[in-house]
Amino acid sequence: MAIKQVYMDHNATTPLHPEVIKVLSETMQVFGNPSSVHGYGRIARQYVEEARVKVAGFIGALPEEIIFVGSGSEGNNTVLSIIMCPSLHCSCERKGGSGIVTTRIEHPCILETAKCVADRGNNVTFVGVDEYGKVDMEELEASINARTGIVSVMMANNEIGTLQDIKRIANMVHKKGALLHTDAVQAVGKVPVNVKDLGVDFLTLSAHKIYGPKGVGALFVRRGIPFCPLIHGGHQEQGRRAGTENTLGIVALGKAVEMRALEMNEEGKRLRELKRVLKRGIEDAIPDVAFNGHPTDSLPTTLNASFEGAEGESILLYLDLEGIAVSTGSACASGSLDPSHVLMAIGVPVDRAHGSIRLSMGRSTTRDDVAYVLDKLPKVIRKIRDMSTVYAGRKH
Amino acid sequence: MGAHLSWAYTDKVKDHFMNPRNVLTDDQFEDDGQGVVGNIQCGDEMMVLIRVDKGKGTITDCKWKTYGCASAIASTSVMSEMVKGMTLDEAFNISPKAIAGELGQLPDHKIHCSVLGDKALRAAINDYYQRNGMPEKVVQEQARIICKCMNVTDHEIEEAVLDGARTFLELQERTKMSTVCGKCKDDADTLLRVYIKKHFSRA
Repeated sequence: MAIKQVYMDHNATTPLHPEVIKVLSETMQVFGNPSSVHGYGRIARQYVEEARVKVAGFIGALPEEIIFVGSGSEGNNTVLSIIMCPSLHCSCERKGGSGIVTTRIEHPCILETAKCVADRGNNVTFVGVDEYGKVDMEELEASINARTGIVSVMMANNEIGTLQDIKRIANMVHKKGALLHTDAVQAVGKVPVNVKDLGVDFLTLSAHKIYGPKGVGALFVRRGIPFCPLIHGGHQEQGRRAGTENTLGIVALGKAVEMRALEMNEEGKRLRELKRVLKRGIEDAIPDVAFNGHPTDSLPTTLNASFEGAEGESILLYLDLEGIAVSTGSACASGSLDPSHVLMAIGVPVDRAHGSIRLSMGRSTTRDDVAYVLDKLPKVIRKIRDMSTVYAGRKH
Repeated sequence: MGAHLSWAYTDKVKDHFMNPRNVLTDDQFEDDGQGVVGNIQCGDEMMVLIRVDKGKGTITDCKWKTYGCASAIASTSVMSEMVKGMTLDEAFNISPKAIAGELGQLPDHKIHCSVLGDKALRAAINDYYQRNGMPEKVVQEQARIICKCMNVTDHEIEEAVLDGARTFLELQERTKMSTVCGKCKDDADTLLRVYIKKHFSRA
């Protein structure tokens, strides 16, 4: 008997939107190099530029402010690497500032790049967050000094869903003379994002989080901001990102944002309600549970819960056996011993962090899916707790 | 469907994970020895209880509980079946390798999760000796853990050296130590030199 399959891991990646599949299959035979002058090239160029207009329009940018990149990670690496360029052209806008200020809850592609920048002799500060994952504004402000070049704060956290007040942060960062980058990979397509309104200088987004394919993303660089490429050796993307454009991926990203524009708002309301049902259901059925993240300023899709006495990887695998896909902040699943750096940063005790799972919903998530999870999850937690040394019955 | 095709463990691991044997459910279980190892702060903890036929010196029953991942659950489940009927000496010397072998195979990065069961078992056997007036039989595991991530002790490093390891890389290959956080590399290098000198120095 085939068991029901419920995908609750949309923050990891998403399935392709049917319209994206359609446009991909229709465009499959477009093979010209967009840089070629002949007809084949011009056709491909047209597809790329149409997609650029769509992506720009979706986030309130100008088309020339959009650089297509190979992933969200590449976009984030690119922005932080600018700081290492000592040329006058690159550094004049940030007045020579060579330091980076970021937060403790960023994605590893920011944290690790920042550490690499620090290893090369630049000043890097990691700012803390409160118990809900909101950036400590006072600490952030105090960390930015005359030597700070770029501040990078993620818009929505991938593990706990907490949203930052990027507009307020941008105001403050600009008053202090630095530039602001936001990693909006988890925010774009789930909540409204407008670069003009937010006032950011750089923004990263990724296609595969919004029902597009893997291997393509976009970096917004505000007009007039000096820029230094990460990948050199070609005139593509206004000389900002070498490498023949991923035409099919770019077309798919264009379609993905087009569909997001149509579906996002209604879907957001629907998912916020489902998240409320899911959270209430878990609270009602399972004792000794705690939720991680901000209660209101958070993605409508993301719920992170810690279950006392139950180890996260076990929860994940028992749910997997029931056809439910989630992820965990437990160390055991990742092969390291340290639990999630995000949960540590918001002050979740280590034992609770080991027992945490993330449920992230998406456009295909139904009320039935939520009901199925609410049927299976309490049984799984009970089973694990029944054999736990630190929960039910005889403890040591 | 997809999720099940990608199951990273063998069918036997899966079976023991889904239907763990000998989990302690009876709070009134009267044991002859109890061992608890690990620590929830580190992400896993294991309790093993044994009943012993005092005349024959064999294990008649083995129950356990854990705060641990799938590998810890499966390996302890299979161990609890293996040790029934064993003499205390046999059970004391059961190795993680033997348990992993019984399970088929565990992913490399999961081996350290599976050593908790046999450690708790040895602690339970020692507890039995203590309770029954045989403190001289207690084998203290005085080994010092050098690699906290992979639970590798100085004893195991010495064994690896005796087994032929001469470089840090060879030590890593044999023990899997220092493959997670890497903080123990300096200690490992020092011990490597110490043990090579101890056993193989011609001076």
